[in-house]
Amino acid sequence: MSEPLNVRLWRGGEDGRFVSYEVPRRDSQTVLDVVTHVQRRIDPTLSYRFSCRVGMCGSCAMTVNGLARWTCRTHVSKVVGSDGQLEVGPLAHLPVIKDLATDMSGFFDKWARAQGQFSGTQTRHDDFAQVRPDSAQRQAASAGIECIGCAVCYASCDVVAQRPDFLGPAALNRAWTLVSDERDKAQTERLRAVAGDAGCHACHTQGSCTERCPKQIAPTLAIAGLKRTVARAAVRGKL
Amino acid sequence: MSETTALGVAQAKRWYWQRISALVLALCVMVHLALMIYAVQGGLSGAEILGRTQGNWGFAVFYAVFVLACAVHVPLGLANIAREWLGVGESAAWWLARGVGLLLLILGMRSVFAVFTGGS
Repeated sequence: MSEPLNVRLWRGGEDGRFVSYEVPRRDSQTVLDVVTHVQRRIDPTLSYRFSCRVGMCGSCAMTVNGLARWTCRTHVSKVVGSDGQLEVGPLAHLPVIKDLATDMSGFFDKWARAQGQFSGTQTRHDDFAQVRPDSAQRQAASAGIECIGCAVCYASCDVVAQRPDFLGPAALNRAWTLVSDERDKAQTERLRAVAGDAGCHACHTQGSCTERCPKQIAPTLAIAGLKRTVARAAVRGKL
Repeated sequence: MSETTALGVAQAKRWYWQRISALVLALCVMVHLALMIYAVQGGLSGAEILGRTQGNWGFAVFYAVFVLACAVHVPLGLANIAREWLGVGESAAWWLARGVGLLLLILGMRSVFAVFTGGS
């Protein structure tokens, strides 16, 4: 039988601390398995979020050994340190409610502030919009629409840490999918919403968002697209 | 246009000027490096430098453009660094930046003028 795993989990609020637990090692064990074991067998007061547990919903995102990831899709064997240490904390850059659960309302408020909602003008009485799926614009939009709002990108971004009003990679990625959507008619408002240091222009192209996104979305590219589009609009006096 | 939008657009324009001045600087730096590597062959003296720059409009214009690009690029960058690393407020960061920009402009143009006229 292999050695038990020593895992440190964040307990408490912002001013909490890491607490150690001993968990039996198992084959193909994921970090979510470990956290679940602690809550069910050792300490039922542990608070954490999960849902699908199969890598589809993004609810189980946490900070594992310093990096934001989906715990259900993280094998312990892939991340455990050479000293057998595993450290799990709540997602960074979000207020901690308790233990491993964060308050994501700010993250979603920024989504709304980036004008991340579709605004069309067609009604049910109009014919379907004819959008060519192979156009460059539609491909740009399609590349970003699979985002499920897990906040891994947000937790990985240094600019989010340094500028509290920065909208963040997810919100800006969503804005870009709509800027690239020819059916949307709120383009000027959206470009205004994402212009400036609270918007796309504070991005330093660090790229952590693209590196860590579990759905292989590239918010860095989306933000670059927004910068180009805003610059063009500003130069033409359309903003 | 609301106040927030106006601020956002102003910041977008600053970003745009940061990029444009970076383009200019990239060119200026490459030319300057090539020039320096050529100039230091076989040693270098003040007289040798002045011999090249004195009365030379080409050099004067080139380095004046270089100074202008710096005076645009550096303050924009410094303001961002002050905001993100030192937690300086928006307004304070911009006054700091303008100060540095003005300093660079004055010092830079003085140098260009000096090497063009050959000094006192």
